[in-house]
Amino acid sequence: MKRLWVLFPIWVFVLAPAVADERLEATVRQYREALKDASPGELFVAMGEELFRTPRGPKNASLEACDFGLGPGVVKGAYAQLPRYFADTDRVEDLESRLMSCMRQLQGFSEDAFPHHARSDPRMPDFERLAVYVAAQSNGMKLAAPLAHPKEVEAYRIGERLFYRRAGAYDFSCATCHMQQGKRIRLQHLAQLTNPGEAQGVFPTWPAYRVAPGAVHTLQDWLAICYWAARHPQLRYGSEASIALQVFLAQSANGGVIAVPGVKR
Amino acid sequence: MKRAALAIAIALLALPAPAPGQDALAERTEAAFIASFAGGEPSVLIRTGLQDEVQRLCSEHRNAPPAGLAQLIEGAQRAAIRYPAKLMGDWREGERIAADFTGLRYDDKAGQPNGGNCYACHQIAREELAYGTVGPSLLGYGKARGWGVAAQRLAYERIYNSQAFTACSAMPRFGHNGVLTPEQIAHLVALLLDPGSSTNR
Repeated sequence: MKRLWVLFPIWVFVLAPAVADERLEATVRQYREALKDASPGELFVAMGEELFRTPRGPKNASLEACDFGLGPGVVKGAYAQLPRYFADTDRVEDLESRLMSCMRQLQGFSEDAFPHHARSDPRMPDFERLAVYVAAQSNGMKLAAPLAHPKEVEAYRIGERLFYRRAGAYDFSCATCHMQQGKRIRLQHLAQLTNPGEAQGVFPTWPAYRVAPGAVHTLQDWLAICYWAARHPQLRYGSEASIALQVFLAQSANGGVIAVPGVKR
Repeated sequence: MKRAALAIAIALLALPAPAPGQDALAERTEAAFIASFAGGEPSVLIRTGLQDEVQRLCSEHRNAPPAGLAQLIEGAQRAAIRYPAKLMGDWREGERIAADFTGLRYDDKAGQPNGGNCYACHQIAREELAYGTVGPSLLGYGKARGWGVAAQRLAYERIYNSQAFTACSAMPRFGHNGVLTPEQIAHLVALLLDPGSSTNR
């Protein structure tokens, strides 16, 4: 584990955006190759595990009894069947909203302990670390998000409508950029997320280690950045739209092998 | 022109309403959307929370409206185009606007001129290699499409409101939505149609 610190000061790019874009793409490709077995993201998994097992919050409890859908305390394989319906909260939850539910129920945290917005907040890194730890316990398994409970079906339909919902100054929806094959924005490849072949390769690689900021970012953050670039407002952390979109995308990505943390630019 | 616009407006109102199940789902989705965003520049919240009629129809039809509806959208969008005093501005200014990707995000300062973000989707100047491919290449636009006033007018209208030509086009309605001013769009027209510009020389 100590060796990983050597890799840590990631190259910071202070170049013209266009050149930086191009070099960053190439760098990330090389980086992925070089780090196949020892991604700096692993460090965040380790930090997440420690956090997960540490008693915290007003109730001074750890998250070890958290039920991610396979029973209290079962983390192995849990991420492979998320998002899903939970009877105790009577709603569909993704990994991050489930973590918040457990932090409320088991540890006694209140709303002000949670980030308001889905964009990763460097001042509140606990959420990314916890998420990447739990997700990594499903590595190598195929994503099999359920679509059985009526609330899961409803979330899927809402997510589908949101995917095609055009709005704002740019008239953009998710579909504007993520419906066509082999396209890119500047030099950034765009995944055709309605195509299982592409969604399977992208969706189960989040949470991911992002090279430029040098930190782990979650699915919630990924959606929030997309909305920001598409001239939409700030996505709320764990909001209904953020979960419904994941339910919709997960159906397209089901069958993809979970491999987190992925390495992204 | 006014009568035509009125006829289109009436026709749009007379379109059949969606099925009841769809209606409830649409309402649930809108409620979920509005509850899921907060903070930042208030105008961004308002503009995305409230879709305009064209955005709503294109969402409903997943950007493939039936032919009759497509004609109505195109007609209504065309009738709303406004023009600058001069169609051809300064291509150098156009190049700057094309490369500028800022403006109208929730953390952008309001009241500044917005960029056009053209390179996100289009190839334009030969020397700019970091271009996107969501839209067609515009390299050598004038050489390929001719130089006259008609070409200038067409380029202006396409940038001002791409949906005046193709209903539910993926391209933002830069003029119609107030992303760019008519004068800024004229600079972009010059970028495409000045024989000495970075895309034509």
